[in-house]
Amino acid sequence: MSAEPRKKPGLAIWLPLILFGGFFVLVIWGLVRPADREVASAFIGKPLPEFNLPPATDDRPGLATATFRAGKPRLLNVFASWCVPCAVESPQLAALAGQGVEIDGVAIRDRKPDVARFLAQNGNPFARIGKDDLSQVQLAIGSSGVPETFVVDGKGVIRYQHIGDIRPEDVPMILGKLAEAAQ
Amino acid sequence: MIDDVKRLLLPLALMAAAPAMAQDLLPPAPYAYKQLPDPAQEAKAQALMETLRCLKCQSQSIADSDAPMAGDMRHQVRTRIAAGEDPEHIRQWLIERYGDYVSYTPQVKPITWPLFAAPLAFLALAALLLRGRFRRPANDSTKNEDAQ
Repeated sequence: MSAEPRKKPGLAIWLPLILFGGFFVLVIWGLVRPADREVASAFIGKPLPEFNLPPATDDRPGLATATFRAGKPRLLNVFASWCVPCAVESPQLAALAGQGVEIDGVAIRDRKPDVARFLAQNGNPFARIGKDDLSQVQLAIGSSGVPETFVVDGKGVIRYQHIGDIRPEDVPMILGKLAEAAQ
Repeated sequence: MIDDVKRLLLPLALMAAAPAMAQDLLPPAPYAYKQLPDPAQEAKAQALMETLRCLKCQSQSIADSDAPMAGDMRHQVRTRIAAGEDPEHIRQWLIERYGDYVSYTPQVKPITWPLFAAPLAFLALAALLLRGRFRRPANDSTKNEDAQ
């Protein structure tokens, strides 16, 4: 071990401190800027999977994949009556519907009377509403929560996913994505 | 200062608020809490569910989570395994939709090769650094000095 003359402590002696400093910075960074925990769908650019959901309300038909292949881009809104942000985004959905955008809804784990009450309170921007009691369609399109809004082009291909409620300032962006999908 | 505090508290407040939103009134999916009748199939389903991430409560597996969505995922896993589907096929189906994040078991692909290569690299490095320690001293003089 001590065959050679003792080396002067060089940079190596600072290494633990530097490592500690690195970890410290990493931890503070993680605290100050928590990571984005939203799980984006990996299904953008892929065709909507086949589904055929029964109606979630008496005055709108259910929802099937075929609706999305009619040639015109549509919005697919994943919502639920028990979801507070879904009520918050309803004026924005109404504004989009008012501009001629066709919106279809998928009600996640919901009951018919609850959906009816939700629509009576918040307005009904939907052309069709499918009832997804087992989150099957939600899982099939890579949606991980409510509300989420998907832009689907006229061929039934998912073009864009908006996670969370649509804020008033998001409306022009959604219209832009729909126009892109129409090309 | 108060703004800073607010900014720090906001994510905490949001975290506390999230579960309150997930209050649906439907009963759990049929196979959310019910095991499959065939023990071999149930074992397969259980093993898979323990390695799938709950998307609502992201540090839990779907086997551990009581979130309704995790229940729906368990239902889906169990019914598909009961239908004879291969567990890894179901995992791939979910990865196609949610990305690698949904699987706790790392997949071997170009971006994950360091994960599998690193232990080998560290072993090789350790062998390289320690090779001198295991060598017999070349002559007696070193031995004597060592003994001092």
